[in-house]
Amino acid sequence: MTPGDALRAALVVLAAAMLQVVIVSSLTVLGGTADLLLVTVCCLGLLRGAVVGAVAGFGAGLVVDVLTLDTLGASSLVLTLVGFWAGRYGETTARGTRLPPLVAVGALTILAAVFATFLRVLLGEEVVAEHALVGALVPALVLNLALALPVSSLLRTVVRPRSESPSAAEVELVA
Amino acid sequence: MLASVVLITLSFRAGEDGTAWDIEAVGSTLLRPAAVAVERVAQPFRDAYAWADGLLTARSEADRLRTEVRELRQRAIQSEFALRENEYLRGLLEYIDGPRFPAGYDPVAAEVIGRPGSAFAQAVVVAAGSRDGVRVNDPVVNADGLVGLVVRVSPRTARVQLLTDPRAAVSALDLQTDAAGIVRHARGTRETLVLDRVRKRDLVRVGDEIVTAGWRVGALTSLYPKGIAIGVVTSVGQTDTDLYQQIQVDPYVDFGGLDAVLVLVPKGRQ
Repeated sequence: MTPGDALRAALVVLAAAMLQVVIVSSLTVLGGTADLLLVTVCCLGLLRGAVVGAVAGFGAGLVVDVLTLDTLGASSLVLTLVGFWAGRYGETTARGTRLPPLVAVGALTILAAVFATFLRVLLGEEVVAEHALVGALVPALVLNLALALPVSSLLRTVVRPRSESPSAAEVELVA
Repeated sequence: MLASVVLITLSFRAGEDGTAWDIEAVGSTLLRPAAVAVERVAQPFRDAYAWADGLLTARSEADRLRTEVRELRQRAIQSEFALRENEYLRGLLEYIDGPRFPAGYDPVAAEVIGRPGSAFAQAVVVAAGSRDGVRVNDPVVNADGLVGLVVRVSPRTARVQLLTDPRAAVSALDLQTDAAGIVRHARGTRETLVLDRVRKRDLVRVGDEIVTAGWRVGALTSLYPKGIAIGVVTSVGQTDTDLYQQIQVDPYVDFGGLDAVLVLVPKGRQ
């Protein structure tokens, strides 16, 4: 990853975090809100691999925690795992398939909600699990899936996908 | 992952005195201008959406408001008489009272610049902090009524726990019947409240207004001043097995559409 790519990826994550906290979180549709940041981290992981996904997730979570004065590290932990898993999926199973953003965003929205609920319970916060895992999750899943393809397309234009190692076209035997 | 766990541990164990909080406060101060800028850019679009949305219900809303204005005009006249009488009697008794709303407070107007996106926290971040005189446990209101309570403060921003947060609870009164209880969030729903701990013998009717109680016991006082509007009773029920009535309250404040709030800073606080 070149410094230019890294800078572009960092700016995208920062912009997504800002938009999420200031605008997207206040737009309630069907009783839930979209998670633009999760979708962005997920798509970035798919494009650039597990390490970049995890680092982007950590940074994005840190910005959100700082902006919302929440427990520092709570969002980072969830988004680090999201970025890493999306990256691993992109590096392995998703190769050659057509809809990795939809599959990854769908699966990781559910897993992230379950893990975040578990984490909040561990931190001693009162959590209404029915609301977090049913009432808010279903609309969030629909909205995140709707965002997945546009965000993925946008990210492809801003951050170049990781170059695949080219398969050997021919072999030269050196005596 | 390890870094996240370390940060959570530091943040959780040290509270507002540790390194993690210092980092968070500095970060929040640095990011505040960008958050305010994004909020300002987004505001016209949000207003346009609200305007278009309001057109759909404008006619029925106007009729309802005309009726309400007529009722309120009558009540304002009655309240004016009651106020004069009350002031006269207080003067006779040399009555000692706590800070009263709104006269006992200096309101600090603050723009809402952030909302946690998770389904767990019902909170907003406002663009006013300790440099503006805001402290933890300051009550927060808007034109419609009680919004919540300040729970964390950095130099330039503050986190406000909304009334709909599972951890929020406010002593409240039925304005019409004086029935006392505690307003807290209704489990499972995001923007509905319940008036809990109301004895079965107390009278509460659908349509009654619920306001903050603002109690005082010795040196202890409620965090919320007396008389801030909270909401209106939408249903009242009771079962044989429950000790208290089951009362649902529809809040006056639209917690999803908060743009600006007033943080109530007590007058004369050092």
